[in-house]
Amino acid sequence: MIISIASGKGGTGKTTLAINLALSLEKNVQYLDCDVEEPNGHIFVKPTFDEKKSFGMPIPVVDFDKCDYCGKCGEICEYNAIVVIKQNVLVFPDLCHSCAGCWLVCPQKAISTKDKEVGQLELGNRNGIEFIHGKLNVGESLSPPLIRAVKEKMDPTKTVIIDSPPGTSCPVIEAIKESDFVVLVTEPTPFGFNDLKLAVEMVRKIGLNFGVIINRADVGNRDVHDYCTRENIPILMEINNDRKIAEAYSRGVPIVELYPEYRDKFLALYQDIERRVGA
Amino acid sequence: MKIAVTAKGGSLSAQTDERFGRCKYFVIVDSDTMGFTIIENPSFGAASGAGPAAAREISKHSVEVLLTGNVGVNAQQALDAVGVKVVTGIGGLTVKEAVENYLKQQ
Repeated sequence: MIISIASGKGGTGKTTLAINLALSLEKNVQYLDCDVEEPNGHIFVKPTFDEKKSFGMPIPVVDFDKCDYCGKCGEICEYNAIVVIKQNVLVFPDLCHSCAGCWLVCPQKAISTKDKEVGQLELGNRNGIEFIHGKLNVGESLSPPLIRAVKEKMDPTKTVIIDSPPGTSCPVIEAIKESDFVVLVTEPTPFGFNDLKLAVEMVRKIGLNFGVIINRADVGNRDVHDYCTRENIPILMEINNDRKIAEAYSRGVPIVELYPEYRDKFLALYQDIERRVGA
Repeated sequence: MKIAVTAKGGSLSAQTDERFGRCKYFVIVDSDTMGFTIIENPSFGAASGAGPAAAREISKHSVEVLLTGNVGVNAQQALDAVGVKVVTGIGGLTVKEAVENYLKQQ
């Protein structure tokens, strides 16, 4: 079963939920940290990494002995990553989406490719948890290919927990799209509410089964609760604001280590999700 | 000599546009006759790489000098490749004033 933890708004507690769920399940779990722009699940799960791989994307390299400057490569490039100006072919690697258009369209077969590193994949373990994350290099703007690379390691025979990036744009959709269930984490504030509605629109559009977890449930107002009732969205769990949880988090200590009784709550959450996926 | 000016409108009296890659128009002025042609910038709404694409566009018109507000690094690289001289800082002027100012300084 694949469970994604997502949210419209950042900082609502995606990682908190994902790690505590993974640590409560203990066995046969695969944790994929797809928040590749700032992965932080490893701080809490504390895996031992035993494999590190560079991840690159192909960018065009022009052979000027073959190129006749016809300009077809530039015409097909939606991002102007390759531009033919008079007797010059300029390649801008930072703009390239590696779509292959330019090297496929070139009539002279003048374009080959080389890999440009955009990040790393790290694979590790802690007890029964297989841990994989992607780390996008600072300055890179395209995260979906690296998210795909993390997900290529997915083992559906295990309980897969995906820690998604925040928001509702391409990286999030890439992270969650094959999930059996999406947990949307929110907080009962105007910002949390606004971004929850966007996230609900997104998962409904993709057609995914989902539910909501309200973190810091006792702050803010009741708008999120009322909305979920109105829209018939299940509230799977509520976690009250607790300074001790925040302090533990800041030291890299998960809730289930601070309050072992929370383990049962997360196991119940898992069983609830399992039931909803089965139904 | 042909001088390209980034402009918000398609005339000599139009306000200059400080953006290069995403300006609305290029007004290309022939400094010998003060005759001009107007080109709508096709990379106005480009997904990315508007600067290099705009450089490609003006290079089709044998432009030697570009008068604009500012250019990014990618655009600069493309303009250097085709030998277009870049003069920046034309904010607040009309196209005509920008060209006259430039010619006076030469």
